[in-house]
Amino acid sequence: MATLKDFAKKEELFTGGHRLCSGCGIPPIVRLVLRNYETPVVAANATGCLEVATTIYPYSAWRIPWIHSAFENTAATISGVETAYRALKKRGKIPGGDKDIKFIAFGGDGGTYDIGLQSLSGALERGHNFLYLCYDNGAYMNTGIQRSSATPFGCNTTTSPAGTVIKGKLEKRKDLTRIVVAHNVPYAAQASPHNWSDLAKKTQKAINTKGPTFLNVISPCPLGWYTKPEDSNKHARLAVESCYWPLYEVEDGVLRVTYKPKKKVSMEEWLKPQGRFKHIFKPGAEGLLEEIQSQVDEYWEKLLEFDGKPVY
Amino acid sequence: MSDKKSPPIGGVIERGGTAHEYTTGGWRKFKPVVDHEKCINCLICWVVCPDSAIIAEEGKMIGFDMEHCKGCGLCASECPDKITAITMEEEAD
Repeated sequence: MATLKDFAKKEELFTGGHRLCSGCGIPPIVRLVLRNYETPVVAANATGCLEVATTIYPYSAWRIPWIHSAFENTAATISGVETAYRALKKRGKIPGGDKDIKFIAFGGDGGTYDIGLQSLSGALERGHNFLYLCYDNGAYMNTGIQRSSATPFGCNTTTSPAGTVIKGKLEKRKDLTRIVVAHNVPYAAQASPHNWSDLAKKTQKAINTKGPTFLNVISPCPLGWYTKPEDSNKHARLAVESCYWPLYEVEDGVLRVTYKPKKKVSMEEWLKPQGRFKHIFKPGAEGLLEEIQSQVDEYWEKLLEFDGKPVY
Repeated sequence: MSDKKSPPIGGVIERGGTAHEYTTGGWRKFKPVVDHEKCINCLICWVVCPDSAIIAEEGKMIGFDMEHCKGCGLCASECPDKITAITMEEEAD
């Protein structure tokens, strides 16, 4: 296992000077993930914060080959790139011969849970050799904080506004990691940037597994969560400690919970400092916090039942 | 990098990582300051920095890239509680 000192000695493939917000949760994930590659890597990127803010013409923050084509087809794009590489390699048309090249696709929750779901599903089913990394900040932050299917229950967004009658988003969030696991992929995991060693280990496993692999990483968003930029990592930590964002992996069909909090943090502690949940602590929203807590508890208990057991 | 008056043919960006030439240091309200005597070079600041603005050489934290640091304060808040080598100071006008 590489240490931070080892990682720091490697070349920075994602430069500063991008226009992502101060305190954004995405760049630390991308920087760490790219450092785990020992081979050249090609990235595809769905439309989203990461894409628009890192490639404002004529600047690019990427020191690797990078492609963006549209919102909904990142997984299809990387499938095509990977297939072209395999075909050219077979015909001996790759300069440098049999060089091993890896492929990664980045998408936000909008570009993965909602808009890019069909292309992701297709690419997973076809079994391309790539890693799909979803950074989940729980809404369409780039276009003005609209709800997505990853937005938590009860959350205030511009398209699920909390008012006097309706208290934020009425629907439960989609469990994308489970949907991906249902494709019988060899490796899928959930991670968080606050636990860099866990994220690095999972990335290593995903990179070194043949076939489609998937990482779902929570990404704190000071803009859309209405939190302080310096608290981003704290919020990622609380999301995990409260069991809202369980860290687990599914390797060859066997689920393993990789982190169990010694003492579960209450959802109140995590939600209270977040502006997007301030309405649930005001009069008129009685019972909402309890409802959120019971949903999280129920999910965590279910997950623990599967710990160490095959899920398909 | 071509200037705006003479863009390259086809608008091609000829190499990667050009964002490094764009400075975001002007976003800062607070600046990080490190006390090297307290610092244990754990490099937590380096891994949490969204702007690749912690300069690490030979496994040691040697300072900040102030041209790109946006002053988010993640390095200071994640610096281990017992160490607190990094603090945030108000940026002078």
